[in-house]
Amino acid sequence: MAKKGSSPLIFERSIEDRYAYSLPKLEIEKQDLSNLLDDKFIRKEKAELPEISELDLIRHYTELSNKNWGIDTGFYPLGSCTMKYNPKINEQVARLTGFATSHPLQNEKAIQGSLEITYRLQESLKEITGMDEISLQSAAGAQGEWTALIMIKAFHEANGDHQRTEVIVPDSAHGTNPASATVAGFKAVTVKSNENGTVDIEDLKRVVSDKTAAIMLTNPNTLGLFEKDILEIRDIVHGAGGKLYYDGANLNAIMAKVRPGDMGFDAVHLNLHKTFTGPHGGGGPGSGPIGVKADLAEFLPKPHVKKEGDTYKLDNDIPNSVGRVKPYFGNFGIYLRAYTYIKTMGPEGLKKVSEDAVLNANYIMRRLEGAYHLPFSQHCKHEFVLSGVNQKKEGARTLDVAKRLLDYGYHPPTIYFPLNVEEGLMIEPTETESKETLDGFVDALLNIDKEIKEDLDLVLEAPHNTVIGRLDETQAARHPVLRFEREDIVDEKK
Amino acid sequence: MSHRYLPVTEKDKQEMLDVIGIKDVSELFSDIPEEVRFKGDLNIEPAKDEYSLMRELTRISNKNITSATHSSFLGAGVYDHYIPAVVDSLISRSEFYTAYTPYQPEVSQGELQAIFEFQTLISELTGLPIANSSMYDGPTAFAEGATMAAGATRKKKVVVSGAVHPQTLEVIKTYTHAQNIEVVVADVDGTTTDLKHLEELADEDTAAVMVQYPNFFGSIEDLEAIEKIAHKHKGLFIVNSNPLAISLLTPPGEFGADIVTGDTQVFGIPAQFGGPHCGYFAATKKLMRRMPGRLVGQTQDDDGNRGFVLTLQAREQHIRREKATSNICSNQALNALASSIAMSALGKYGVVEMAENNIQNAHYAKEAFKSAGFEVLGDMNFNEFVVKLNKDVTEINDELYDDGFIGGYDLGLNFDEFKNHMLIAVTELRSKDEIDAFVERLGAYNG
Repeated sequence: MAKKGSSPLIFERSIEDRYAYSLPKLEIEKQDLSNLLDDKFIRKEKAELPEISELDLIRHYTELSNKNWGIDTGFYPLGSCTMKYNPKINEQVARLTGFATSHPLQNEKAIQGSLEITYRLQESLKEITGMDEISLQSAAGAQGEWTALIMIKAFHEANGDHQRTEVIVPDSAHGTNPASATVAGFKAVTVKSNENGTVDIEDLKRVVSDKTAAIMLTNPNTLGLFEKDILEIRDIVHGAGGKLYYDGANLNAIMAKVRPGDMGFDAVHLNLHKTFTGPHGGGGPGSGPIGVKADLAEFLPKPHVKKEGDTYKLDNDIPNSVGRVKPYFGNFGIYLRAYTYIKTMGPEGLKKVSEDAVLNANYIMRRLEGAYHLPFSQHCKHEFVLSGVNQKKEGARTLDVAKRLLDYGYHPPTIYFPLNVEEGLMIEPTETESKETLDGFVDALLNIDKEIKEDLDLVLEAPHNTVIGRLDETQAARHPVLRFEREDIVDEKK
Repeated sequence: MSHRYLPVTEKDKQEMLDVIGIKDVSELFSDIPEEVRFKGDLNIEPAKDEYSLMRELTRISNKNITSATHSSFLGAGVYDHYIPAVVDSLISRSEFYTAYTPYQPEVSQGELQAIFEFQTLISELTGLPIANSSMYDGPTAFAEGATMAAGATRKKKVVVSGAVHPQTLEVIKTYTHAQNIEVVVADVDGTTTDLKHLEELADEDTAAVMVQYPNFFGSIEDLEAIEKIAHKHKGLFIVNSNPLAISLLTPPGEFGADIVTGDTQVFGIPAQFGGPHCGYFAATKKLMRRMPGRLVGQTQDDDGNRGFVLTLQAREQHIRREKATSNICSNQALNALASSIAMSALGKYGVVEMAENNIQNAHYAKEAFKSAGFEVLGDMNFNEFVVKLNKDVTEINDELYDDGFIGGYDLGLNFDEFKNHMLIAVTELRSKDEIDAFVERLGAYNG
């Protein structure tokens, strides 16, 4: 059970002469350090790490875990994050000794098991995305985006198209898209959304030019709406010599329904920690593989894994490779979980995943529309965005609704995103939630709407049941305290 | 129900379709253009039951040769260290591993406090006041140091030691190329950076001087001398450091480094075929608002309770979009937690004892190789050193597997001048018997 209020920091639990480790005994004759190192390289003051016994260490982190909300705790409808069940078999597989202790820099004969997984997953992801080649090297979605963009840059440069310096990004896009464009050395150009929440074709025609390197699209987009004009978008961008980039954040909506490669996309990244059940881990690690069509393959990061007979090999023969984006072979431990998941679901399973994810989202959306404003009324895909404008008129903002949801035992949806919806609430239920869970959540939101009209302060002062109240974020930013300082040291400085 | 992860029954589905006002789920996908709709089933392997799948994957995992089956003398950036049992027990708590980024602080205090503690631990080890919540890994953290330095100094060149990990150098080149930052590489003299050459290369246009400490060859670079070279022309001084080593070695922060990066794989994270590991990024206060990645700060609630929040978010992609300091979002939070737990289990004295056992074991092995007639390069080392062989290292390693050893890294794969040279790592886990037997076997193969 979670304790109310603050917890001591591990440094505040530290008591001299305690520890929680058991190192192998040194079996050789110990040399005096001063014989091994010049004096200036020997650290004089020890780092102030905590001193704590094993049980107290366990209790400290157990107490912290009790103050945290995970998918196993309860419903987590965080839009654009695909907070689906993280299967337990995945965790067992990732901990198999043969995988967990595999060193990446060995001779090929010593890493056949790891390479086999890598190869098999490459093949599966090719089929799921409809792309010609896959690289598993990128550590997360953002790095995948950037990797594919520098490949597109290399492609244009190889064609002598040095003037292609712009990447088109919809105004509804996740902030990572324009940020990745910038760090890949491009200028991000915005294309507007139309009244239906999808790309405004006329505006696209206006911004596209011979400077266009690529357009970055999420489809379905961040509003959960399918870009039904995708083929026209494809023709406009390809017609201008640009490439289509697919942000795989929302792939959960369309598996076995439509493939990015078939829609005309030239490059794609996937978030294996979203669609394919890699656990989010409180913010990472992720895994962000990329897929490309054949004409971009010569620019893939090195190395690539291939199969010759029954043997798996590393292929470093990619002469125009953009280079290495990450050491070794990417976040193997995460993509191993993704592979396990794909093998757990199979082709029928993955199709059902997308069908149920979309069914669940549409069901909640229809139950909530009315009480909450629904800016775009067409069927959604795996997620949808409500606007809290009705509630705002009554005096409660979306932030207040979100905080009140915590009292009901639900993690709030993503709020104030995308930016083109006022007071946005972005809800993604995923396919692993039951109808009863969805109904409970809808009832809570409908109740909160009533509470706003009947007992506004109850909502404005929420949350009431959490371990801590609303925190002063302004103070945190204005006077940053980013590490613990022992009080006696702080006093000395004063 | 069609699958144990999918709770929607036929009855549920019917009720839900009625509320939506449609007859069939296919209507929800009718906006996908007919000509590109995917028809039929994906051509992937069929689903397996839990037991059979576990058996199949166990069988594949057993094809690997690992530090669990063999005595490993391979490091080169990924090390075989003691992992306290408490680490996996605690990171397996689902409230940690199934949580998203802590955007709602009221239900994320556990993760936020754990990150705040991680930031403090890294700050203590590196000797710098600010550390972020983690990066993908050591090499990408180091590379982001280069791009950050270019932004901070408005200069477009970085000077990198040739004695950094070769894959790190490749990553730096990829990151900087995209932003038109030039990379020049200083020569290696013996097993450390050629300081004369480094000094020649660092000039008015240099945004940063970047070195690894201990370097790729396991040798200890003279940070005192390099700091002067880095700061002479007002560039930044960036050091990539093994965080275990600097619990015992004078930390880069004390030598005047502006940015210190590295990988915490050495604390509680298994090799996992190279990832996920965990990058760290520490810097001076002056550079705080240019930091990439997430930062957790302390604050309080209305009742004055101490609490923690994500802070200084105006640097980040979800607010700043194309003007963000970096595009990083997901980091390595769970691995940072694993490292925090390992560092806390070891504690103030344990971490130094572990570091010292590495130095002592490596020194013993070095002397044993010398006594056996091998040429050993480098004088001051942490837990790795270079041995010259008469034959191809990769071929010898193939033979060593049959004797139960994972040999060291083949330096000839990356450095022409180090053909037939093996980089050998000896951690605290290697026993005297293992070291003696390894020296003996290598002697036998070397002829």
